[in-house]
Amino acid sequence: MEEIKPQLIKITFDGIEVEVEPGTTIMQAARKIAEADESQASLVPPAMCYYKPLNASGGKCRACLVKVAQGSAKDPRPMPKLVPSCITQVQEGMVVENTTNQGVLDTRKSIVEFLLINHPLDCPICDQAGECHLQDFAFEHGSVKTRYEEERRTFDKIDIGPYVQLHMTRCILCYRCVYTADQITNKRVHGVMNRGDASEISTYIEKAIDNDFSGNVIDVCPVGALTDKTFRFKQRVWFTKPEDAHRDCDKCCGKVTLWYRGDEVLRVTARKNTWGEVNDFICNTCRFDKKQTSDWVLEGPTKVKRSSVISANKYRADLVKKPDFALKLAASQYKPVDDDRAYVTDEETIRQQSIENNEKANHRSLLAKNN
Amino acid sequence: MAKKILTEHINVPGIETFDVYRKQGGYTAVEKAIKTMTPEEVVEEAKKSGVRGRGGAGFPMGMKWGFLAKPEGVPRYLVCNADESEPGTFKDHHLMKSIPHLLIEGMIISSFALGANKSFIYVRGELMYVIRILEKAIEEAKAQGFLGKNILGSGYDLELVVQPGGGAYICGEETALLESLEGKRGNPRNKPPFPAVKGLYQSPTVVNNVESISNMPWIINNGGDVYAAIGVGRSTGTKLISASGHIQKPGVYEIELGVSVEEFLNSDEYCGGIRKGHHLKALVAGGSSVPILPAHLIMKTANGEDRLMSYESLSDGGFATGTMLGSGGFIVFDETACIVRNTWNFSRFYHHESCGQCSPCREGTGWMEKVLHRIEHGHGSMHDVDLLVDISKKIEGNTICPLGDAAAWPVASAIRHFRDEFVWHITNPHEATQPGAVYRGEMELA
Repeated sequence: MEEIKPQLIKITFDGIEVEVEPGTTIMQAARKIAEADESQASLVPPAMCYYKPLNASGGKCRACLVKVAQGSAKDPRPMPKLVPSCITQVQEGMVVENTTNQGVLDTRKSIVEFLLINHPLDCPICDQAGECHLQDFAFEHGSVKTRYEEERRTFDKIDIGPYVQLHMTRCILCYRCVYTADQITNKRVHGVMNRGDASEISTYIEKAIDNDFSGNVIDVCPVGALTDKTFRFKQRVWFTKPEDAHRDCDKCCGKVTLWYRGDEVLRVTARKNTWGEVNDFICNTCRFDKKQTSDWVLEGPTKVKRSSVISANKYRADLVKKPDFALKLAASQYKPVDDDRAYVTDEETIRQQSIENNEKANHRSLLAKNN
Repeated sequence: MAKKILTEHINVPGIETFDVYRKQGGYTAVEKAIKTMTPEEVVEEAKKSGVRGRGGAGFPMGMKWGFLAKPEGVPRYLVCNADESEPGTFKDHHLMKSIPHLLIEGMIISSFALGANKSFIYVRGELMYVIRILEKAIEEAKAQGFLGKNILGSGYDLELVVQPGGGAYICGEETALLESLEGKRGNPRNKPPFPAVKGLYQSPTVVNNVESISNMPWIINNGGDVYAAIGVGRSTGTKLISASGHIQKPGVYEIELGVSVEEFLNSDEYCGGIRKGHHLKALVAGGSSVPILPAHLIMKTANGEDRLMSYESLSDGGFATGTMLGSGGFIVFDETACIVRNTWNFSRFYHHESCGQCSPCREGTGWMEKVLHRIEHGHGSMHDVDLLVDISKKIEGNTICPLGDAAAWPVASAIRHFRDEFVWHITNPHEATQPGAVYRGEMELA
C-alpha cells in the first residue's frame, strides 16, 4: 500500500517561506531553512533548554521566544505574547518574526542578562569553555557590561558518581539532564530541589549516579555544570582535535567522537549534530574506559559546522549576523558587543577599580548580614 | 442590606454540620440539578449567570466549561483550586472553614455538569484544620447519599477527594496545581495544550476557584438570569472581598459587584473607613499582584467617574491609571505606610515563591528584590529606579505562567505612581532608614 504523505504546511519565517510537516515546531522549521541554506544559520532561534532527542524538553529558558505576526491563514491575528519557538507548533500560513523583530531581539538580550546574573562567568577555568552554549548565546545576543551588582548565588561542587562532577553554580536550570536521566536510564536518582533561584539539580543527599548511561548528562549539559571527571582540566577544547570513531559495543551504538591531543585520546563524547544535540547516546564503557586509539576504528576528522572555536579556533564574526545590516557586515567592521564603558588599559586604574568594587561588595554583604 | 449569596447563612450556629446546612435549604440545588436537569442545562445556567472566575483572572466560568473537550472513553476531572495564597486574599479560607457544605454542594453540581466522576479539592497545605473540616463534611454528605455511588438514585457517581498542597504559592497556578496533584514537582506547564484538553493525568480538566464553584447552588436554585441581574454590566453577581490594612473593620465582606470603592471603604457596612486620624495613601484592590494605586486614582477613574468594585471599572485606564479586581484582596495603606518597604516586601514574596523553571522569573524576581532591598536600606542609586522598571518590563509576558507578571506589576506600578518616594529614599538614605520613616512630600505639598 502506498503511504499517504501528510499535507505540508507552509509558513513564513523571517520572510523566508518553508514547507514543513504538520506538528513541526517553529524551531524545527527554522532549522530546516538553515539546513537547506547554510548562510541562513543565524536565523535559527537559540536554544538553551530545548533538546530534540529528549521528550518534553523546552519552553523553560525563553531564549527562543519569537513573535508570531500572523497566527495562521484562518485566524490571521498576531499572538499577543512572544511564544517559545521550540514548543509552538506551526499552523498553515503562520508568519513568524525572529531576527526581523526588534522586540524579539531586545527580549533575547534580556534573557542573556537574566541567565548571566547568577552565572559565575568563570570561563577561563571552565572545561566547557569553547563548546558552551551559554558562551555562544551571550556572544551573539548579550552585552558586555552587567547591571547586576549583588552577590551571585554559589554552591559547593558535588561528586555524583566516579565520573561526573556537578558544579551547580554554573547551572542555568535547563532540566536537560533531568530528562536524560529520566528517559534513557531506568532509575532516576537526580532531580531539582528547592525553588526559584535557590533551586538546584541534585541527587538526593549526594547519592552517586550509578548506571551505564549516566555519562550522557555531561553531553546534554549546555554549560559547564556537569563535567567529565576524567577530562577535567586536561585541556582546552579548542586545542583538541575531534575524530569520528566507532567500536562494537554491546550496550550502545558505539559511534563516538574522540578528542585528541597529539596521539592521546583525552575524552570521548557522543556525536553531535549541527545544533549541538547528541545523535545517539553512548554508554559509560565507551565514554570513560576506552581511551586508547586501539580500542576504536577511526572514521576521519569530525566536521564542526556551526560557528565554533573548535572549527575556527576563534569566534567568527562573519557567522554572527545581526538583522538589518546583515549584508553590510564583514568580519573587519563587526563590533561584536555593545559596550560603552571606557576602555581602560592602565594597570593602576584597574587595580584601583577592583579595590573599590571589592570594598563595595564587602560593605554590602556586611549590611546584608546585619539586616 | 446588599444581596448575600455566599455568606447568607454563614453566621448560623452549627452551619458547618450537614443537618443545620440542610435546614437552611442546603443540598436542594443538588436535588434539583440531578433529578430534574441534564448536565447541558446546568452548564447553560452557568453561562447565563455570567459568573466570572473568582481566582483572579476573571474568565467567565460557563465559557470555560464550554471549552472542556469530551472525547469518548476518557475520564474528565473537576479540580477546585483552594490553594489560596495571594498576600491579602483570605476569602476562600473563610468560606471553607465556616460553611464547607456550600463548596461541596457546588462541587457536586459542577462535577455533574461536566460529567466528572472524580473531583478534587486542592487545599493549601497550611490549612490543615480546614482540610479536616472539609473531610468531615464530605463524610456527612456521603452518609446522606449526596456523594459516592448512585447519587440520589440517579445513577451518577461522584468521588470527592481533598488533597493538601505542599505550601507553594505557585501551585495556585492551574497547571502547576495539576502537576502537584499528580504527585510531581509543582512546575507550571507550557500552554497549549490547555487543561480543558489535556489536564490532570492528560485528561480534560476544569480548574475553578472555591468562590466560583460555591456560587453554583444559588445559581441552580434561583436561575442564571436572576444571578446575572445582580451586579453591573459584565461583572455579575457578588464577590467576596478580603479587606485588610489600615481600616477600621478588616475582614471578609460580600459585596454586590458595582458598589463604589468609596462606599466600600468608608461605609459602616463594610470597611468602616480609614483608622482614626489618618487618611488614605494607596490601595491594592485585588491581592498583592495587581498594580497599586494612589488615593486619587482609586476613588475616581482618570475620566473623573466614580471607581466601582467591578472587573471593568477597576481596570479602567489600563495599567497607566487602573488596576484589576483580581482575587479581591483589598489592602489599604494610610500615610504611615512606606511604599518602598511594601514593594520590597511583595517582591520578596515573589522571589521566594518563583518555581525557578523559566529564566526571566527565576532570575528577575531575585534581582528586583535585591535592588529594592538596597533602596530600602539606603544604598540605592538613581539608576536603580529605571533598572527596576526595565527588569519588570523584561519579565512581564515572557514567562511560562502569570507569576512573572504578578511579580512585575506591583514593582512597575509602585514606581509609576510613587516615583518621588523611591527618589527620596535614594537621596535621603540616612533619613529614610530611620525606624518608621515615611516620605511625606506629597502631604507637605497639600
